[in-house]
Amino acid sequence: MNKTAKNRIRLPLPQKIFNVFNILFLLMIVVITLYPFWHALMVSISSPSRYMKHNGAMLTPLDIDFASYSAVFTNPNMGYGFFNSFVNVAVGVIVGLLLTIMAAYALTRKNFYFKRPLMFLMVLTMFISGGLIPMYLTVDSLNLINTRWSVILPMLINTYNVVVTRVFFSSIPDSLEESARLDGANDLVILFKIFVPISMPIIAVVTLFIAVDRWNAWFYPMIFLNKRSLFPVSLILREILIANDTSAMTANVSVGDKEPIAETIKYATMIVSILPVVAIYPFLQKYFIQGMMLGAVKE
Amino acid sequence: MVGREKTVKNRGITSWLFRQGNMIKKDYKRYKFVYFMIIPVVAFYILFHYVPLGGAIIAFKNFSPKLGIWGSEWAGLKHFTDFFSSFYFERTLVNTLVISFMDLLFGFPAPIILALMLNEVRSRHFKKAVQTISYLPHFISVVVICGLLRDFFSINGLVNSIIQAFGGTPSQFLNEPGAFKPIFVGSNVWQSFGWGSIIYLASLTSIDPQLYEAATIDGAGRWKQTLNITVPGILPTMITLLILRIGSVMSVGFEKIILLYNPLTYEAAEVISTYVYKKGLIDMNYSFSTAVGLFNSIINCALLIIANFVSRKVNGTSIW
Repeated sequence: MNKTAKNRIRLPLPQKIFNVFNILFLLMIVVITLYPFWHALMVSISSPSRYMKHNGAMLTPLDIDFASYSAVFTNPNMGYGFFNSFVNVAVGVIVGLLLTIMAAYALTRKNFYFKRPLMFLMVLTMFISGGLIPMYLTVDSLNLINTRWSVILPMLINTYNVVVTRVFFSSIPDSLEESARLDGANDLVILFKIFVPISMPIIAVVTLFIAVDRWNAWFYPMIFLNKRSLFPVSLILREILIANDTSAMTANVSVGDKEPIAETIKYATMIVSILPVVAIYPFLQKYFIQGMMLGAVKE
Repeated sequence: MVGREKTVKNRGITSWLFRQGNMIKKDYKRYKFVYFMIIPVVAFYILFHYVPLGGAIIAFKNFSPKLGIWGSEWAGLKHFTDFFSSFYFERTLVNTLVISFMDLLFGFPAPIILALMLNEVRSRHFKKAVQTISYLPHFISVVVICGLLRDFFSINGLVNSIIQAFGGTPSQFLNEPGAFKPIFVGSNVWQSFGWGSIIYLASLTSIDPQLYEAATIDGAGRWKQTLNITVPGILPTMITLLILRIGSVMSVGFEKIILLYNPLTYEAAEVISTYVYKKGLIDMNYSFSTAVGLFNSIINCALLIIANFVSRKVNGTSIW
């Protein structure tokens, strides 16, 4: 009698032991990766006064209390912050994506006269740059300091995204384009009505990358913006998390009730600021893995 | 009929230009919209990449905002020599190199090891779950990460409470120069090893499974298989990424350093790029800061070229 299909391979003992250790090790990695966020979450929903007396690990919250979150949402700074971050992301994604796909499209046009110079122009910037001060002076000379644009424009196009998109575009069969041209389509139509719908995976990835970059950006906002009303969430976060810490340099004494409230609020702000990204990225996982692979296959 | 061939009688540059002009005209007819498409793109790169690049010339001048770039007088290599002979040169250079080296030492193998381990996992669901979780730190803003670090390593924080539980004495780690580099590099590894494993996992899938089958038939154990099939299989990827990393040795994540350091840890934490920031935007010593930044970029470039060259000679793998 023949035993059908499912051949259960009998693993030798050393192999089994290895597998167990492997899984344990990976579980440890999961814990190390997740614990800080769990800690943050637990503190943020804890009662501020009880947290003051607490030391060490937080596995469960101390008296669930959403006071910190209401403090975050009623903080007028956060209102501005979210608005500004949102605008930065929206404009950065819409305009940046548009420019990125146009650049990638141009780079895939056979016999386009300026194809090579364009490619060279863009890739060179990945290796050399003028530096911080020249960039600052350039933005200054454009009179963009302290405007919203100083944060949006300098990072509008990321050459890496263009490269990845270009690789994807070049894998689109020529026949598609040819039949479209026969029907009288011009480049605009081909790009936006044919290439883009087909390239939704890569567009999803590039959108994610741009959005996350813009949402997390803090350095250019810090050096270019003085008006608090223009601060994005990341800058507000920086004030709360970094500036607040100078107290730790002087003494360990907590100053009355103000300090513990600050701690839980800090964490609540952190959680609120990372929530959008955390909620979205798992769904795009399949796409950005593909994107990373494409990026590695630079032609 | 004998076709008339166009012979180029005049080989001068005007003739060449004329021909190119004609080609461009033809090209424009064919690719009109493409030309429009790249106008904003080119404008962006020129405005925000090449103009600053040109602006780096102030490193060779005594730039004063009132006089502007053209009005400021030349200073030759003065700023460079000032930097090289300053107290900070050695300190920043050493810190930059040591931090980069530590980053490379711990941060480079970590994603590879993770990829190798994930590769051994049988259950697809477990593998996917671990992967998804491992990407999380990569998406978190460095500001949040530093906030977490500041709290965990504070005098009442998690790390100190663990130390106290083991009978040790707590200390304010972020004020200690000796603790800075390990905390910095450790958190770098924590943040990036999951994301970095993506590329390796991808190249692992491109290794021919028949190689493994043949090896099993030949009696090679798991370990031998890993050494002789898996590692050579991902070696090109490893080398390419290593070259890229060497090319950014000098620009050691300075955003995070700025968020993490303070005057007490300057001696261990100040790197060339943070020095550029401090001198340039805080002390407003524009020319000097640009010179230091230029020095940084040039070294980076040189390292990249050298690494690429060495890799090409030794291995045949290179970026160009």
